Amino acid sequence: MFEYAPAPESRDIVDIKPSYGLFINGEWAEPLAEERHKTVNPASEEALAEVAWAGEADVDRAVQAARKAFAVWSVMPGSERAKYIFRIARIIQERARELAVLESLDNGKPIRESRDVDLPLVAAHFFYYAGWADKLSYAGFGPDPKPLGVAGQVIPWNFPLLMLAWKIAPALACGNTVVLKPAETTPLTALAFAEICQQADLPPGVVNIVTGAGETGAALVRHPDIDKVAFTGSTEVGRQIARSVAGSRKKVTLELGGKAANIVFDDAALDQAVEGIVNGIFFNQGHVCCAGSRLLVQESVAEELLDALKRRLSTLRLGDPLDKNTDIGAINSAAQLAKIRELSEAGVSEGAERWSPACPIPDKGYWFPPTIFTGVAQSHRIAREEIFGPVLSVLTFRTPAEAVEKANNTPYGLSAGVWTEKGSRMLWMASRLRAGVVWSNTFNRFDPTSPFGGYKESGYGREGGRHGLEAYLAV
Amino acid sequence: MSERVAAQAMERLAVRKTYKLFIGGAFPRSESGRSYVVTSSKGEFLANASKASRKDARDAVSAARKAFPGWSGATAYNRGQILYRVAEMLEGRRAQFVAEVVDADGVSAKKAAELVDAAVDRLVWYAGWSDKIGAIQGSANPVAGPYFNLSSPEPTGVVAVVAPPMGPLLGLVSVIAPVIVTGNTCVVVASERAPLPSITLAEVLATSDLPGGVVNILTGSAAEIAPWLAGHMDVNAIDLTGADAELAVTCEELAAENLKRVLRPPAAKVDWLADPGTGRMTAFLETKTVWHPIGT
Repeated sequence: MFEYAPAPESRDIVDIKPSYGLFINGEWAEPLAEERHKTVNPASEEALAEVAWAGEADVDRAVQAARKAFAVWSVMPGSERAKYIFRIARIIQERARELAVLESLDNGKPIRESRDVDLPLVAAHFFYYAGWADKLSYAGFGPDPKPLGVAGQVIPWNFPLLMLAWKIAPALACGNTVVLKPAETTPLTALAFAEICQQADLPPGVVNIVTGAGETGAALVRHPDIDKVAFTGSTEVGRQIARSVAGSRKKVTLELGGKAANIVFDDAALDQAVEGIVNGIFFNQGHVCCAGSRLLVQESVAEELLDALKRRLSTLRLGDPLDKNTDIGAINSAAQLAKIRELSEAGVSEGAERWSPACPIPDKGYWFPPTIFTGVAQSHRIAREEIFGPVLSVLTFRTPAEAVEKANNTPYGLSAGVWTEKGSRMLWMASRLRAGVVWSNTFNRFDPTSPFGGYKESGYGREGGRHGLEAYLAV
Repeated sequence: MSERVAAQAMERLAVRKTYKLFIGGAFPRSESGRSYVVTSSKGEFLANASKASRKDARDAVSAARKAFPGWSGATAYNRGQILYRVAEMLEGRRAQFVAEVVDADGVSAKKAAELVDAAVDRLVWYAGWSDKIGAIQGSANPVAGPYFNLSSPEPTGVVAVVAPPMGPLLGLVSVIAPVIVTGNTCVVVASERAPLPSITLAEVLATSDLPGGVVNILTGSAAEIAPWLAGHMDVNAIDLTGADAELAVTCEELAAENLKRVLRPPAAKVDWLADPGTGRMTAFLETKTVWHPIGT
């Protein structure tokens, strides 16, 4: 392995305030709730800033502001709404470097990823939906589709700003106003986005940001004056939300967990498959709902593939997220690290074989080395439960039918991967996999024009593309 | 011999129909042996209908699940032809359905004929959607990279359908056809008050080349059967069109357990004669997006 000199991105570009209020009605508001918590850099455990945990009364203020703004925003010509959203997209591009550093500091993801994947996709998402704002009558939802009203949006910590973009861009384009709650461990880029709304002169109340943990999110979801709930996160919380909106007229979209199969046939280009497997499960430390966390490899090439995969893993660099050479950053929180450890230990105790490359772990911060389990049975917890970390469970199969059977043997259905050079087999597999996204000879690709979302217990509704508009229109 | 008995001896006695359940293409009685009295809108005895049990509901779900791979894997053209065949068979039994609708709803024969005709026409309308819904619900996505990217609608799976209590034929056809035309299979809870046309419709379905198990029909208490289906872990979606407010909340809460897709009861009274739109089909469709690199 080559030695690399450290090449850290400067953090001077970001200006983090010691403490943040809530963003309500276009301005910073002092929270009524008194609870405040520190958000930490998971790579160093250093406190970055203090944020409020909004209470019920704070959420109510934000919803009221959004309701008031809806009267203005929903009747504004689509072409004018579009221009505000285009402005936001441009400001994100202008401040991309700063936002990427801020994201890596708060989340722990490598700067190469926040700079080259997250931020470009965030800007692209706003650009894409900005263009829809004055074209909704051509979208196939009738001649004059109407917005829903106020959207309550709750997002996770794995792609903080990207998930914000997936939620806010289509909501605004369709004429809704929003109250968004970022995850408690990664609130900083959402708070920076509040500033971007101010810079764009967005009418007050169209976007409101309330920080906090699960209780704040629950208060938002059950608020009687919201018309729409959009949630990305765990299947367990998704279930609670689905239960809590029963009997209401709230429209709901849920993007939940996954346990995707990445299926490699014996005729696949194995070197490319290895890159795809690495990208599938070690991208973003495996903190990806659609991660390819189950490798299904055809028995005849299993040994060859695993040898190549292990060689490749030995070259991955784990460490400082701000270092441009880093491949694997920090685990987002102590709680998540504990969960990954617990499930990995279950893997060992249930009889699977664990392997990690020699990998120095920094002294401070939350880290987990890239890990492979072989000899995994379908009944093992590591084959059934979402680990949400850099842990790959390897299973084998003999026939395409067996691969389909094993891939679909999960309550989830978010994504799947297929590696084969045979086109007809690829399409045969793609048509039988019960998953919302099928990546063939690639993995973990995202684009604002391309609908994303799950089957079964991975949730319902789609984000991205024309399909993503439906979630925010009264249709 | 009294006069009445003498008169009875002279008349031919009608052969009545036994109304049973429709599960997996067969017509079993409820395994529980339960039945209930169905009366006309005027309160006259019509028949004893089967009162489905929890075991019947589970059997119906198994039958629907078993039928799903074949039906969802059939060509759209084939599914469209079978739905059209259902319309043909229904048209052939027009007089029988008109009589049953008159009995069930107490409407005039003229009105009943209009409703039966509309049910036939609705089937023809939906039949035509089988190979067109993909064109309006799918998309080729212009992603910013060298990838072929295609989104297509696929059926959600097994759908539980709580049929509307009113509109025993037109309402029923209007909730079944959009679910199955796209490749879903279903378990239908028939109108509790007026279940007889649903079983007669089952006879039509059974003679229309529709594979057994694609449509399963349960008669009995909606308040009993619907929650069993809403809480069943092998049901993927539930249409609550025919559920009252209280039952709808119960079912939606139960449906959360495995994140079923839920079509809530309509906010306003439905005019079944109006253009139904595509919403009842799209409610039970998933979107699958396939990516593949482009290169030499």
